[in-house]
Amino acid sequence: MSTPQAGSEESSARAGLEDTGTPRATVLDVVGLRVELDSGTPVVEGVSLRLDRGEILGLVGESGCGKTTTALALLGFARPGTRIAGGEVFVAGEDILRLDESDRRRLRGKKVSYVPQDAGQALNPALRIGGSITDVMRRPHEASGNGVGALLTAVDLPGTAEFAARLPHRLSGGQQQRVTIAMALACEPPVVVMDEPTTGLDVITQAGVLDEVRRLRDELGTSLVYVSHDLAVVSRLADRIAVMYAGRIVEEGPTATLLARPEHPYTKGLVQSIPDHTRPSRLTAMPGTALGVEDRPQGCAFAPRCPQRSDACTERMPELSGTGHRVRCVHADRTPPIVPGPPRTARATVERGLLLTVSDLHASHRTGRDAVIAAAGVSFDLGSGECLALVGQSGSGKTTIARCLVGLHRRDGGTVALGGEPLADRVRRRTTDQRRRIQYVFQNPYESLNPRQTVGEQLARPARKLRGLSAAAARAEVGPLLEQVRLPAGIADRYPRRLSGGERQRVAIARALAAGPDVLVCDEITSALDVSVQAAILELLADLRGELGLAMLLITHDLGVVAVAADRVAVLEQGTIRESGAVEDVLHAPEHPYTARLVAAAPTIGRTDGPLAVPDTGKSQT
Amino acid sequence: MTTDLIARLVPRRSWWPATRAGRVGLVLLVATAGAALVGPFFAGSPDRSVAPPFSPPDGDAPLGTDFLGRDVLARLLTGGESVLLYAGLATLVAYAVGITVGLAAGYLRSWPDPLLMRSVDVLLSFPSLVFILLFATAFGRGIGAVVMATAVIQLPAIARIIRTATLTQSARGYVEAAVLRGESSSSVLRREILPNITRTLSADVGLRFTWSVLLIASVNFLGLGLQPPNADWGLMVSENRAGMSVALNPWAVLAPALMLGLLTVAINLLGDAMSGDKK
Amino acid sequence: MSGHVAPRPGHRVSVGVHPVLRYAVRRVLAGAGTLLVLSVLVFLATSVLPGDAASAVLGRNATGPALRELRQEMGLDQPIWVQYRDWLTGLLQGDLGRSVSSYLTGSDVSVWSQVGGKLSNSLTLAALAFAVIVPVSLAGGVLVALRAGRWQDHVISTVTLVPSALPEFVLGTVLLAVFFTWLDVLPPVSLIAPGTSPLEAPDLLVLPLLTLVGVTVGAAIRMIRAGMLDALAADYVTVARLNGIAEPRVVRRYALRNALAPSIQVFALIAQYLVGGLLIVEYMFAYPGIGNELVQAVTIHDNTEVRSVTMLLAAIYVALMILADVIVLLVVPKLAEVGGSA
Repeated sequence: MSTPQAGSEESSARAGLEDTGTPRATVLDVVGLRVELDSGTPVVEGVSLRLDRGEILGLVGESGCGKTTTALALLGFARPGTRIAGGEVFVAGEDILRLDESDRRRLRGKKVSYVPQDAGQALNPALRIGGSITDVMRRPHEASGNGVGALLTAVDLPGTAEFAARLPHRLSGGQQQRVTIAMALACEPPVVVMDEPTTGLDVITQAGVLDEVRRLRDELGTSLVYVSHDLAVVSRLADRIAVMYAGRIVEEGPTATLLARPEHPYTKGLVQSIPDHTRPSRLTAMPGTALGVEDRPQGCAFAPRCPQRSDACTERMPELSGTGHRVRCVHADRTPPIVPGPPRTARATVERGLLLTVSDLHASHRTGRDAVIAAAGVSFDLGSGECLALVGQSGSGKTTIARCLVGLHRRDGGTVALGGEPLADRVRRRTTDQRRRIQYVFQNPYESLNPRQTVGEQLARPARKLRGLSAAAARAEVGPLLEQVRLPAGIADRYPRRLSGGERQRVAIARALAAGPDVLVCDEITSALDVSVQAAILELLADLRGELGLAMLLITHDLGVVAVAADRVAVLEQGTIRESGAVEDVLHAPEHPYTARLVAAAPTIGRTDGPLAVPDTGKSQT
Repeated sequence: MTTDLIARLVPRRSWWPATRAGRVGLVLLVATAGAALVGPFFAGSPDRSVAPPFSPPDGDAPLGTDFLGRDVLARLLTGGESVLLYAGLATLVAYAVGITVGLAAGYLRSWPDPLLMRSVDVLLSFPSLVFILLFATAFGRGIGAVVMATAVIQLPAIARIIRTATLTQSARGYVEAAVLRGESSSSVLRREILPNITRTLSADVGLRFTWSVLLIASVNFLGLGLQPPNADWGLMVSENRAGMSVALNPWAVLAPALMLGLLTVAINLLGDAMSGDKK
Repeated sequence: MSGHVAPRPGHRVSVGVHPVLRYAVRRVLAGAGTLLVLSVLVFLATSVLPGDAASAVLGRNATGPALRELRQEMGLDQPIWVQYRDWLTGLLQGDLGRSVSSYLTGSDVSVWSQVGGKLSNSLTLAALAFAVIVPVSLAGGVLVALRAGRWQDHVISTVTLVPSALPEFVLGTVLLAVFFTWLDVLPPVSLIAPGTSPLEAPDLLVLPLLTLVGVTVGAAIRMIRAGMLDALAADYVTVARLNGIAEPRVVRRYALRNALAPSIQVFALIAQYLVGGLLIVEYMFAYPGIGNELVQAVTIHDNTEVRSVTMLLAAIYVALMILADVIVLLVVPKLAEVGGSA
């Protein structure tokens, strides 16, 4: 473990490289990194990366691909239950993997630092933020000194002693994330590893943090490894992108070329899965889902989902080959260029008959003595066969409004009418037919199916209960329902535990369809899913609307989802509809300033210049 | 998505304890509970004087005699049944009522809820043993009052756990979906909620049962539960304390104490292993 | 709901009193309410027994006039709510009433005079036990957490598990067998003459103390270990390590500081447990304390004493609970700012 001689020999060579003063000096060099579970199963294998001074490298992949494991290994750290089993990680000329724990600690913070995903959990709740920062500076007696103020100012926070004396819980999510960035910069390390630093933040807050990150690189010349599941976010930031799949890098190259002409079929699939609100088009979903660490197949891990696989693919893992733009695929030359999906045009809104009418809806939450307003006079309507998106950030009240419609949340005032009939406040007071006509699909697919009932049982129940079918007739419905959501009939006998997130969400949709509804209320149904799975679900919804003439109320925070799925959109902020209209009109020519900020902040692939955040004319959010 | 991975990796739990400590507990439990339940059929008369008080062990009475000259071994074999049965009964009653109240409070959220929370406050505001003594004062001395009191004192904790689990379940999509399709409350509770909280329930059955054993044995030891001339491990420890001197027969006290000890340690080890408290 | 969500729209009500003080007042009021409800239950429980205190004093064969006279003297002829009111007002003024046995002897012996010295004996024993348990379990729990999964963890966890699973009187019996029957170094009973302090005869305290510590310390170590492991597994500890902060500092400033609150709650539980555990241990070793006194009072049906001692114990119990919660609030800066609404 600790053979510093070997390391220092290498390091002098690298240091020499750095001393030449060329702009291409390498500050981080990873060769053949392997991290495995204690059982010996590899989590990450054969990862090689290089980062030049002042460069931003985006590390992209879907859940379970090993990107966070890789990020931590760059600091010589392995999570409990895993260990770094091989490879070299040169940070500022020293192989951190050859150092013992105390020497690694010496490098951390000073030569390479880390910005964690969930800032709320990552800040010590017992320490004032000034204390957290000086701890990293290793200058504990200077709690409110100049250093802290300057750092806070550098990340766009107030550099006052009062602010430094605050406890983390008094900061907003965006502020907390800025503090973790300030901590990472405290010792001015040449390399900063950022692990999904904006996941969990609102789009507008996220845009502010992203601008911040880019500005810091420009001003301080810090090199960054930016880890994210979101290719669109990374494309706004990174000079080069490395795409990971099943523990390996499958493609790596300069951002522009990689996105314009991906050579790995997975990268191509990923790019085509991302809904873009500036260019709404039908998505092309990849089949299947990524497999767990223990289930990775022999040969190329992507082969089972790959449209261009051959026998050669399943025999052995292809090498990552090429210079500048590297790709791990034996048939890279066969990968077709990206074909934009057929442009999607929202339906005409003239011939629709009015189905659901909401007028002057008021609703609130009570938590203890506090009341939070969720809807303050919200009105909208939905025509039959139409899809209306209700878009807003967390806390805007969108979910509560949806729950009022179906009768799960008691409204404070206003009316909801279905086909002209006013609907009772609570679902128990509604007629069976009213209950049948509106169906709800829940956000979290991991909690929306009963773990103790088979898929078949859960699909048959609503058909019996709401359509009055006999037990046998309801059972006979299960097969066709599964087919409708593109699932194999064999799934009927399975328990949800054995289904992936995407499969569960399809079952949840099938459960709603089993009632034979007129309106489907979809509450953030793709927000817990990977982007490639999201694309498949969105395509399914589009198909179902065509086949069944369903009206849909789509609750989402994602303008991309709005653009590819909805006809009309209503923008919600603080329980009030700020703007509504046809999707194209609202997204291309927003009238309300809030909508304008939202549209500008939403990241898309392709637009790589200009700041994301539009200055807020109202109160500061970040 | 990590939750999904974990759910797939963790194998389903069975009755066989996963840890070595758990298996030791299971073996010990089978041994002590077996002795307690089967013992009465093999033991001689526990009430007959066979030798002078506190005779040391000999061939006729392998564990000697107690303060009235009765055979300690015979009393040991007869005296375990009561602890197990009464503790079992108390636990059963506590669960039967606790589950009902907890489900009602957690799901209906109406009158049972504040009532439950207030009674939890009251019952938590003094030691369990004091509560049982008070109960015995009110309803007369005897094992019946002790069993009832043991059930009542455990009830709120069980009800509260069920209430919390029910509240969590009520916010799940499948429960709300059932409400949305107009299922009756009893159907929602039976089909959607109850099957999904059995794990929470079974997690601390062992703990509750040990607690019942501990309380009932302790009250018997204090002489406020089961009355002489009943043979009972707790009572035996209490009534033979005068024989602790080495000149007399310490086994009259030690033997029942050790049996009780083995029993409680066994249930603890097993309960620990079953509640999945991995180290 | 995790804390990283941006502040929600809507309005929050806040009051201009120091949040900790407001919380403490609220808790004390709630505690007083609980005790009031409890007093009704306790009073009823000690009044419903077939026959009453007077016949308990005079026995089954008591004649009419004598019984009537005593009932009058004891106030039993009054309506029950009047009896309750008199008892409660007395209690609030520190008057625990007259013990039933005092009516029998004709002497005016108040419950307090019987109980006062015993209460201080009990407090001495409990305080000593607490003083041993806190440092031992804190050191043990933290050590075991830092060595989780290694041999130190297994040894301590196993060694402490067995005694903590035992009923007090079983552990006491085993200790008696070792230190009295076998080694003959300690006395089997801990009789202390009225008016003398138990501290004057330390050897009498050893066995009761060992028993109380033995049954408690294992559970305390396990709970503190769990709290410490939670803190060590927190994101902010990992991030502190990734920021290169020295390990001792990570343990002290990041893990320990945040494990403090759960530890205080553990000690509150222990203190509460001691109140009940004293009953058995005092009875077992014939130690003249309040717990033993309660057992004797129940045994001889001295209901006045039972109800007053029960209320006394309950008041101590509730006070401990409130005290612990307020200390937690003071120790955790975040809670101190919010005022315990979390």
